[in-house]
Amino acid sequence: MSFPRNSSSLRDRRRASPYRGLAPVRPAGLRPRGLPPAGSGPAGLRGGAGRPAWPPRSLPRRILASCARLRKLDWILLAAVLALGLVGTLLVWSATQPSLLQAGADPRAYLKKQLLNIGLGLILMLAVSTLDYRQLRLLAPIGYGLSCLGLVVVLTPLGSVVNGAHSWISLPGGFQLEPSEYAKLSIVVVAAMILGELRPGDDRPRMRAVMAAVACSAVPLILVVLQPDLGVTILMMTMLAGLVVLSGIRLRWLAALAAAGGAGAVAAVNLHLLKSYQLSRLTSFMNPSADPRGTGYSAAQSKIAIGSGGLLGHGLFHGPLTAGNFVPEQHTDFIFSVAGEELGFAGAAVIIALLAVVFLRALRIAAQADDQFGMLVAAGIAIWFAVQSFVNIGMTIGIMPVTGLPLPFVSYGGSAMFADMIAIGMLQAVHRHLSIFS
Amino acid sequence: MIPASRRRLAVLHVIVAALLIGLGGRVWYLQVRTGTAYASLARQDQVRQVVVPPVRGQILDDVGRPLVRNRSSLVVSVNMAAVSRQPDGGAAELSKLARLLGMRAAAMRAKVRLCTAGVPQPCWAGSPYQPIPVDEHVSDRLAVQVLESHSQLPGVTAQVQPVVSYPGPASTAAAQVLGYLQPITAQEVKQRHLTVTGFSGVDLVGQSGLEAQYDQQLRGTPGSREVSVNAVGNVIGTIRQASPKAGDTLVTSINSAVQQDTERALAGAIHRAQAAGNPGATSGAAVVMSTTGRVIAMASYPTYNPAIWTGGITRREFRRLFGSSGSEPVLNRATQGEYAPGSTWKVTSTAAAVAAGYSLAGPYACPGSVSIGGRVFNNDTPSNSGAMSLHQALVVSCDTVFYELAYDIWLKDHRNADTVTSPHARVQEMQKMELAWGFGRDTGIDLPEESTGTVPTRAWLYDFYRQYKSFWCKNGRAGGTYLQQIEYDDCQSGNVWTPGQAVNAAIGQGYVTVTPLQLARAYAALANGGTLYSPRIGEALISPAGHVVRRITPPVAGHLPVSRRVLAYIRGALADVITQGTGAPAFGGFPLGKLQIAGKTGTAQVVGKVATSVFASFAPVRHPKYVVVVMVPDSGFGADFSAPAVRQIWDGIYGLEGHKAALPGGRLPGLPKITPTGNVVAPAGFARRKS
Repeated sequence: MSFPRNSSSLRDRRRASPYRGLAPVRPAGLRPRGLPPAGSGPAGLRGGAGRPAWPPRSLPRRILASCARLRKLDWILLAAVLALGLVGTLLVWSATQPSLLQAGADPRAYLKKQLLNIGLGLILMLAVSTLDYRQLRLLAPIGYGLSCLGLVVVLTPLGSVVNGAHSWISLPGGFQLEPSEYAKLSIVVVAAMILGELRPGDDRPRMRAVMAAVACSAVPLILVVLQPDLGVTILMMTMLAGLVVLSGIRLRWLAALAAAGGAGAVAAVNLHLLKSYQLSRLTSFMNPSADPRGTGYSAAQSKIAIGSGGLLGHGLFHGPLTAGNFVPEQHTDFIFSVAGEELGFAGAAVIIALLAVVFLRALRIAAQADDQFGMLVAAGIAIWFAVQSFVNIGMTIGIMPVTGLPLPFVSYGGSAMFADMIAIGMLQAVHRHLSIFS
Repeated sequence: MIPASRRRLAVLHVIVAALLIGLGGRVWYLQVRTGTAYASLARQDQVRQVVVPPVRGQILDDVGRPLVRNRSSLVVSVNMAAVSRQPDGGAAELSKLARLLGMRAAAMRAKVRLCTAGVPQPCWAGSPYQPIPVDEHVSDRLAVQVLESHSQLPGVTAQVQPVVSYPGPASTAAAQVLGYLQPITAQEVKQRHLTVTGFSGVDLVGQSGLEAQYDQQLRGTPGSREVSVNAVGNVIGTIRQASPKAGDTLVTSINSAVQQDTERALAGAIHRAQAAGNPGATSGAAVVMSTTGRVIAMASYPTYNPAIWTGGITRREFRRLFGSSGSEPVLNRATQGEYAPGSTWKVTSTAAAVAAGYSLAGPYACPGSVSIGGRVFNNDTPSNSGAMSLHQALVVSCDTVFYELAYDIWLKDHRNADTVTSPHARVQEMQKMELAWGFGRDTGIDLPEESTGTVPTRAWLYDFYRQYKSFWCKNGRAGGTYLQQIEYDDCQSGNVWTPGQAVNAAIGQGYVTVTPLQLARAYAALANGGTLYSPRIGEALISPAGHVVRRITPPVAGHLPVSRRVLAYIRGALADVITQGTGAPAFGGFPLGKLQIAGKTGTAQVVGKVATSVFASFAPVRHPKYVVVVMVPDSGFGADFSAPAVRQIWDGIYGLEGHKAALPGGRLPGLPKITPTGNVVAPAGFARRKS
């Protein structure tokens, strides 16, 4: 079964539908935007109360029903994500082909793996998007527990050390799992759940809820600090702070929290909680020429690669610095340097524009969400993607320190792609819900 | 949604938009505003300029036999920048490589260490980033082995590289004439605007002799290759390539057979002098020149095998070559040795006397001694030989005739200038003639180093006195040894052109010194009718494709201010020197019927030393083609040591007395041809003589 491509075929098929007349009638003013007026799908499939007597039981009916659910997806968001994934796959291919050829391996090995990652990620996204997002509240504790467990496991000898950090669990068959990616997800959902649950009669969350959210987030946060993964730590703290702010607590509480956070940061530096390589990354960011062969090397090479791309770039597969493997980790953390060199400012701008579409669609979904939980989930994900993208691209162009955060949907990687796609699925779920009710 | 959240969400929109605009703006700045700067940085990153060294031109003798050959060789080089990056500083790898090449590990370590203060030879004088050649004569099999063990020997490469070799036997090497090559210094690169060929790691530049004189033409033009490299420096592709242009081949007028004979004859003369009880005879020089100014052979003793320069010179060899023991084999004594010419000088004195108005016929008295200016000057023969013409005075080499002439000329000369007080004082009449014969100044030969010798003009005396006055006054003693007395006199009146100095100078003694080459070209001028050439060793430069790029002809440096009649008169006298004069004993039994030689002996007395033995000659007398000069200081009579050596050299040139003719009939060969494939074709009539 293929999805209808345009509204005329949609209408044609609808006319043929025997269930057309059974569609529940809603007030015309509440019709979702962008969808055909009448018969916009079997609303009876929405979860929660008011389930109608018509749930399709036979298989064709079920398929038709889920197809109808998909119709409620935010297609612009999905298209942007798919476009980013596609561009990313090409860049990963270009970045890995020369060294794979030199090693005598299959030059398309990474290409194939990344396509598989995207495929699996899409399935995850679609699966999550069909959920009622409020069911996430039930799944959240499970996901939270699993990701915390994963974060504990990476710290044991089961975890493998990459670049000085215990970030990975090696699975049989050459697969790797990066629990911190799922921890980001679980922090968003758990914090949104706690902060979005207003007591009856309250018009904003209480400090108690904020403390509970911070406490719940603290467990994965501390585990990430122990890896240690500076990038994820900063990202998680930003996400948590954003969610707390957006939850609507009083400004004076916010000020108190900010003061406490500032004191904590000062303490972290003074008590040597940062590893020496993390400090050196931060300092070499401030003064990259001090150590061009050390930590500043990646940043300097990446800047050169991007800058040399000029307006239109060298063309895909024709970037000399990419071919020469000058930028370390160019298929993962520094994928943007490949884009900058080979696709030039034009390509880089397209990627930034596609990311902008993702962020703004996520924020739009947040703004239109009909409850605090939905809003916080969507906004948390928007903050996540925006901050992670900014830190990642920023480090490749020399305005952010070098950390190990991948570029969402573009960088090579399984765990990151799956987590990002699940997040998109959640956005879709929130969107689908509001497209039914708003 | 609660209102506070809605407001804050709106702020979040703004923040996200700001982040995006920040990213976009920064990327625009990097790529569009400053993109070209980064593009050039990227180019520096991934493009390496590799200079491909050209093959150096060969140096051939007059019939195309190689004196210096340049060939390609498989060279194993070590890139210490890569090797020393290993945990043990590359020690294990170097010993492994040493084992592979059959060297001692210590020798390998010595070769790759850098020449810094306190590090003795051998050491690497080049850049520490250049690959250091450790073995320049590797077999193909070994080179492949080195390349195959690349993973175990990182930084070690085997490459084809041009290598200079000297095919001649050690005794015919003409070492000082050819000169040598040395790794170029940073200073020379700057001075001469040369391209450093990082490819070979050895940028050789001619440091003396023909290699230095014709360096520009011999070295060729380096090619260049632009290669792209990856982050670890491995070459991943060639971007641009310009082939190197091989250097031109220098054809010289040196005949290696004559050169070989000349070097042997010179060495023989010195050995004979040593055997005759003159251990001081340790050096000498010989020159064979055409009367047209082409150098056919040039020998300097002691000599050395130039092959020691290839592959790095050892410390002991270096000390022998440049050591201050007085021998210094690197010196080319034919152009840098300054020796008293003795009686060979009398040809200029004869010309000067004629110029001053004295008749050739005389008669002039030849007493056993004369007293001039209060000093007694002896003739070699103590008895009175009676009155004679200048012809006879040359034949029997009567000193007293020339003493009297010189004194007479001194008396008539511009006497009031004899106490020299100015560097611009007039040149004396006799010294004017000596200068005109090309003495006292460079010959202008195509070699980088040359001495001028000394013609004691008043101006020279002025400088000399100024320079040494304080020394003489310090050492001189009125009643001391002979030397101390002279120094005392010099302190008092060193700036006075005395009659004693004048008469001594007339027979090629005292202050007079010449280089063997100056003497040879003066005799060539005498023989050819008065044309003084600036001698040339180079004959032609031939491009690798076989085209003659440049023919080199000896330029005319001047003409003797002597009439043809007088020159012929002197030539006739010198012919009789061989048949009945001072040269006769040395040429007893020589087939003068086949080759009539003219010559002059010289036995120059040097204070505190054994006499300098000199013989200058030309032949054939009727139409002179060649000049042969041999000078051996500290040995004895010219007739005893130098003359037999000269006879041996003539034998070799014309094929007399059982020798094989190097230049049959005295004919000079034409230019050898070089085919585009690099083969050398000897000129007609001069098929290769295997030696």
